[in-house]
Amino acid sequence: MRKAALEMIETLARRDPRVVFLGSDLGAGTLEGMRRDLPERFFMEGINEANFIGMAAGLAMEGFIPYLNTIAPFFTRRALEQIAVDLCLHNLPVRLIASGGGVVYAPLGATHLAIEDLAVMRALPNMTVVAVSDAAEMRRLMAESLDWPGPLYIRLAKGGDREVSDAARGFAIGKAIPVRPPAAVELICTGVMLAQALEAADLLAAQGIECGILHAHTVKPLDRAAVRAAAAPARLVVTLEEHLRDGGLGSAVLECLADDLTRPTPPLLRLGLPDAFPKEYGSQDSMFQTFGLKAAQVADRIRATLKALP
Amino acid sequence: MSHTPFHNAAQAALLDARSRYLRRLAVETLEGGGRGHIGSTLSLMEILRVLYDDVMRYRPRQPDWAERDRFILSKGHGCIAQYALLADKGFIPRAALREFCRQHAILGGHPDANKIPGVEASTGALGHGLPIGVGMALAARLRGQGQRVFVVMGDGETNEGSVWEAAMAAGKHRLSNLVALVDYNKLQSYGPTAEVQDMEPFADKWRAFNFAVAEVNGHDVEALRALLAALPLEDGRPTAIICHTIKGKGLPFAEGRADWHHKSKLSAAEIEAMYDALGGRDHA
Repeated sequence: MRKAALEMIETLARRDPRVVFLGSDLGAGTLEGMRRDLPERFFMEGINEANFIGMAAGLAMEGFIPYLNTIAPFFTRRALEQIAVDLCLHNLPVRLIASGGGVVYAPLGATHLAIEDLAVMRALPNMTVVAVSDAAEMRRLMAESLDWPGPLYIRLAKGGDREVSDAARGFAIGKAIPVRPPAAVELICTGVMLAQALEAADLLAAQGIECGILHAHTVKPLDRAAVRAAAAPARLVVTLEEHLRDGGLGSAVLECLADDLTRPTPPLLRLGLPDAFPKEYGSQDSMFQTFGLKAAQVADRIRATLKALP
Repeated sequence: MSHTPFHNAAQAALLDARSRYLRRLAVETLEGGGRGHIGSTLSLMEILRVLYDDVMRYRPRQPDWAERDRFILSKGHGCIAQYALLADKGFIPRAALREFCRQHAILGGHPDANKIPGVEASTGALGHGLPIGVGMALAARLRGQGQRVFVVMGDGETNEGSVWEAAMAAGKHRLSNLVALVDYNKLQSYGPTAEVQDMEPFADKWRAFNFAVAEVNGHDVEALRALLAALPLEDGRPTAIICHTIKGKGLPFAEGRADWHHKSKLSAAEIEAMYDALGGRDHA
């Protein structure tokens, strides 16, 4: 997915002279083709995130469209004030491509995890927050990103993520994708959790429980109409995210449904990470297991929840 | 201390009629809002006066003119000095000064680029202007355009790590179209910079970050003019100008006093005392 995102930056840069790339001391060889062919628009800066976001703001104020890449928490934790003031207050078209969304960097420990990034970015006025499901969808997002008017936070996954998106369903920033039609259980997910949602839905279907699936790749602005339509026939709404249960997609969906005063908010199960810094290493997959985010665990949890509903 | 002769000269500098007039515009603004960062505004005035009168290219009636020099007041709390110049040059009506900080005013306690013609970047949180200036200077280079970028910072502001991150980047990119000016009034909010966070050896710090550096009496209009007429100081390097100034310059009762950094409840008597010190009210 990161590879797809970076390749698309180069493609966009070759097509559009407004596109510039800024990285903060990324891996050797990153975007080598762009560095070779468009060196004046390729900036590999030092380890100074506050500065490179301000630099991007200055370039954007002058009409350029900067694409930035670093590890997610080094954007969202390290340089939050620069993101809020330089990018969001000025509403500038700067794209933050955040490597290692969620628990991708499980082996590297808590400093490198991005488990509150969606919550933090979602809280900023003018910010758009997107987490796509696979590399193919990343290409569609990146093509759309060029003319998006304001700042954009793009959460990357691990790479080599199972391809679950479908070009036929199209892609538009801010437009959630109904992957399976609304049913008694509605799964609303973001990012690579779409793969787990699909598998969980298959497991449940085999036991006679039909699930709708809504892929809310854009966490902000949330596609409120799509969320409400998807939730309307559901006995149970389930949100699924590689993120703290609080503040991210689950919270956004709950707010959206609760804000609809014309009907009662349906029972809503928010699946995600607990309010704690994970204490283990391992892998993204083993952390999913620990926190109950694997498809079979999700299916079990839904079945148990349905049984307990009045 | 190496800065003492400059500081003594700043202390002794006399203000001419235009400097007193611009300060009266600042007092008009303070009177309108009943508050403001007084000391931080008055130390800045000659720096901004010379930039706007003699150095920068701009068109007040066309604030987004592409060829203009870019100006960022990174120490946004000194905005009243910039407002005085913007009113004087016709970017904004003088009447706007009296609306300072009122509910629907365009002029607030920190400059807002979304509202004020002639303000390039909204500042207030410190340490943001120089990184943005680096980006603007790179943009000018990418376009092959000749505009320069001026960033004015406070001395306390340079405590922020992001200033030095940007300084590293400016040195790396050899941004000779970037000029950083520091209003070195030697007082930050709590007290003397020498006690709160000493930045000395200050000029050497900028040199170490690959800037060409000059020091100047920041209230000496002729000296500022001469220095700023010769930019860049060195080819292939960004410029840093350390302007030795006096916080509260022009108001004997405020000069060099940390408690005049900001006032939130200015009395009518205090306003009158300021006008008196500056030659009396202007009668339209």
